[in-house]
Order: sequence, then C-alpha cells, then structure tokens
Amino acid sequence: MIAMPSRATRVIWTRIAFVVGSVLLLEVLCRLHVIKPLTMVPPSVMLTEMVRLTLAGEISGDIAQTTTEVGAAFGFSAVTGFMLGALVHALPRVRRAIDPLLASWYAVPFFVFYPLLVALFGLNSLPLIAIGVVFAVPAMMLSTIAGLDRVPRVLRKVARVHRLSAVQEVWLITLPSAAPHLFTGLKLSFAYAFIGVIAGEFILSSGGLGYGIAYAYESFENKRMYALMLLVLLVAVAVNGVLQFCEGRLARRRARL
Amino acid sequence: MRVSWKRQSDNLVILLLALALWQGLYAYAGDVAITPPWQTLRYTAHLLGDRSFWPNVQATMLAFLYALVISAIGGVGLGLLLGLRRFAGDVAEPVIASLYTIPKVTLYPVMLLLFGLGLSAKVAFGVIHGMIPVILFTLAAVKNIPPVLLRTARALHLTPMQTATTVLAPAVIPEIVTGMRVGFALTLLGVLIGEMFASQRGLGFLIINGINQHNVPMTTSVTLLVVVFAVAANGLMLALTRRVHRAGQTMH
Repeated sequence: MIAMPSRATRVIWTRIAFVVGSVLLLEVLCRLHVIKPLTMVPPSVMLTEMVRLTLAGEISGDIAQTTTEVGAAFGFSAVTGFMLGALVHALPRVRRAIDPLLASWYAVPFFVFYPLLVALFGLNSLPLIAIGVVFAVPAMMLSTIAGLDRVPRVLRKVARVHRLSAVQEVWLITLPSAAPHLFTGLKLSFAYAFIGVIAGEFILSSGGLGYGIAYAYESFENKRMYALMLLVLLVAVAVNGVLQFCEGRLARRRARL
Repeated sequence: MRVSWKRQSDNLVILLLALALWQGLYAYAGDVAITPPWQTLRYTAHLLGDRSFWPNVQATMLAFLYALVISAIGGVGLGLLLGLRRFAGDVAEPVIASLYTIPKVTLYPVMLLLFGLGLSAKVAFGVIHGMIPVILFTLAAVKNIPPVLLRTARALHLTPMQTATTVLAPAVIPEIVTGMRVGFALTLLGVLIGEMFASQRGLGFLIINGINQHNVPMTTSVTLLVVVFAVAANGLMLALTRRVHRAGQTMH
C-alpha cells in the first residue's frame, strides 16, 4: 500500500510541476514561432547561452562588478540600518517624528533621483551603491524597530532578576529574541540592494549585469539579453529562496521557545 | 492640543533638515547636478504656469490611471481567488513572492518587444510593478480570516452574497487597502521608469530629457513634483488605512 503524500509534499510537487509546465509551454510557443524569435528566444536557448557566457568568462567582469556593488550596498545597509533602528527605538520622540518619513519612504520613486546621484558622485560604482543603500536602509531600520518592540517584557524582567549587565542583556536576551525580525530585515535589505543596484546599472552605468542587459538590448543581441536576464532572475530567486527558508526555520524555532 | 503642536514642530524640524540637506548637496555638487531649494521652487512655479508642461502631466496620469485600475482589479481578483482556493494559494504564493524580489527594470526590453513604444508599454510596466503587492496582501488577508467568522456565517444560514458583504468584505478590506497603498506607489514607480526609457512625453521623459539637455532646473523641479505627489498620495492613503483598520477593530 502506498502512503498518501502529505499536503505539504503535494503543494511542493504541484508548484514544481506548474513552474516546469510554464517553462515547457514557453519553449513550445517559441519553437512553433507563436512567439516570434525577435520577441523572445526559447528558454533552452537562454539557458545554454547563459552557461556558455558564464563559462567562457565573457561576463566575469560584469558579475564581479555587480556582486561587489550589491555586497557593499547590502553590508553597509545592514549595519547602518540596524544601528539607526536601535537608536531610533531608544529615542521615542525621534521615533514619533520620523515615523511618517519611514512610512512614506517606499512611496518615493527613488529611481528618479538616480540621475542626480550620478551628477553628484560621477559615473562610477558610488551612485549605484548609494541607491542600493537608500533603498535598503529603511527596510532594515523598520525590521530592527519591530524586532526590538516585540522583545517580551517578561524576558527583560528575567534579565533584571539575574542581574545581567547591559551587554549581557543585549547579547543573551534582546538579540536572540529579536532575531527573526532582524533576519527578515536582512532578507528585505538584500532584495532592495539587489533591485537598486541592478536597476541603477540598467538606467545609467558603464558596467555590471544591468548594463549588460541594456547594452544587449540596444544592439539587438536578443540571445545575450535573455541569457543575462535569466541569470539575474535565477540569482534573485535562489538567494531569496535560501533566505526565506532560513527565515521560516528561525521563526518556527522562536515560536517553540 | 499641546501634543499636536509638538508633532507639528517635529514635522517642521524634519522639513527644515531635509531642506538643509538639499542646500548642502547643492553646495557640494553645484549647478551641474542640482538646483537649490529656493530656485527650484521658483522654477516649479514657472513650470506649473507653462501650458506646454500640462500635456506631460496628463500623459503620465493617464498611463498611471490605467495601470492602477488594472493592478487593483487584477490584484484583488487574483488574491481573492488564490486566498479562497487554499491549495492553489499555497502553490502560488512563494512563486509570486519571488517575482516581487526580482529587479523588474531589467524586464523592460521584454515589455517593449511585446507592446512596442508608447502608452501600452508604460501601462504594462506599471502593472508588473504594482499588481504583485496587491495580490500578496489580498491573499494574506483572505487566508487570515478567523475561521470562527465563517462558521458563524454558516450557523446563521447567510447566503453566499450576504456572507461576502457582511463577513468577508469587512474582514479583508483593511489589508486590501494597505496592499493598494503599496501597489499605488509601485505602479507610479513603474510608469515613471517606463517613461524614462521609452516615451516622448510624460514626467519621466521630462526628467531624462532634462539630463540629456543639461537642463538641471527642469530635472530637479520635476523630481520634486513627483516626490511631493507620491508622498501626499501616500499620506492620504495612510490616513485611510488607519481609519479602516480602526473601524475593523471596533467591530471585532
């Protein structure tokens, strides 16, 4: 007798089947020229071209540049966002004052500032990192504030009962308790830093994967353009998937405590 | 009364800090990058009085309106559908969530190849940015309806229509309004980026054109107008969100 697969397993397999099915459908439509080759190349061609470009080292420079920029923007945002969040959490008046600012932050279409940033910093990596930071810092701040808000009062009392020093309290009580929110903040700041940098490269830049896509588009190199797009898409989805998995585990562990 | 005065003075301090930062950037970078606040305001006033400026506003608003309506109807519809069909919702949610994290700007060439230059590409670009958060918020709202509410509806023998209007709608509308606020901002972002690349009209075009022609006052002024519009609209929707959330809470 075969055991009925659990609901979670069925969900995962249905999801995989759905994604694979969509890709296959796209492949067939492209091969039958229902979708014109000028509009889109078949997914299999994108994939082989992507592997070829990566292995041949043609885009190593672009990959290195984008990775450095995303890494710099993410690292800076994570640290700064955390510190600013902790600071704002400690100062209620400042918090009330900047609350509307944080709430409307993501309503501002920041890409319209990008040209200004280029004029300010010059056409190099700095404006790209800057826009990644501008995008990512508030997400980390908001998550840090939310995490610190949700440290249970009883745990603070436990710290006092055990006469923990301030450093011990932060290290043993506050940080572990706020960890799931902090991790969500890290996940969001990565996504925002990635979006900010790639989009910046696409709009106005002289290197990096985003620029590579724009350049391939302008020179009608469809195959190369779609290969690069696929690479960006896969990296974003893969990193986000890993982070989401860790986030879920962390949240479940916190719920058990 | 005193509290609100204190809040106003805090807001004023923030505004002054922003203006000081702006002036500081001007002092650092000079005329080639940015115009100072006072000059920008004067130029903005001049721009608002200029008749050739308004067709651009109209073009942006038209594309934005189309994109917003499509995002709202499509997003709420899909969100409701996926929320009510639990299995489909569980299958689709992570896929949609990861679509949210990809840099959609890079999909711009695909949109152009599919829709050509012009209004439809701008609208499509606004929709791919704005629709996803609306779907995700609606989906979460429907999934999180307390089961006791639905059981009550069944116990009271409500018709499906009555269930929808008296139980489902009040339970999900606050979250949907929040999703719409996020969707509103992202739709605007999408439309503006669309105009920056592939348009001969609209506010996004004016910004990128200002850069190409070294018309710094134009770029700074239009950027200011766009930011003021986005922040004001967000403020209004935030107030609306607080109201519906409060109304939802008093009901439970």
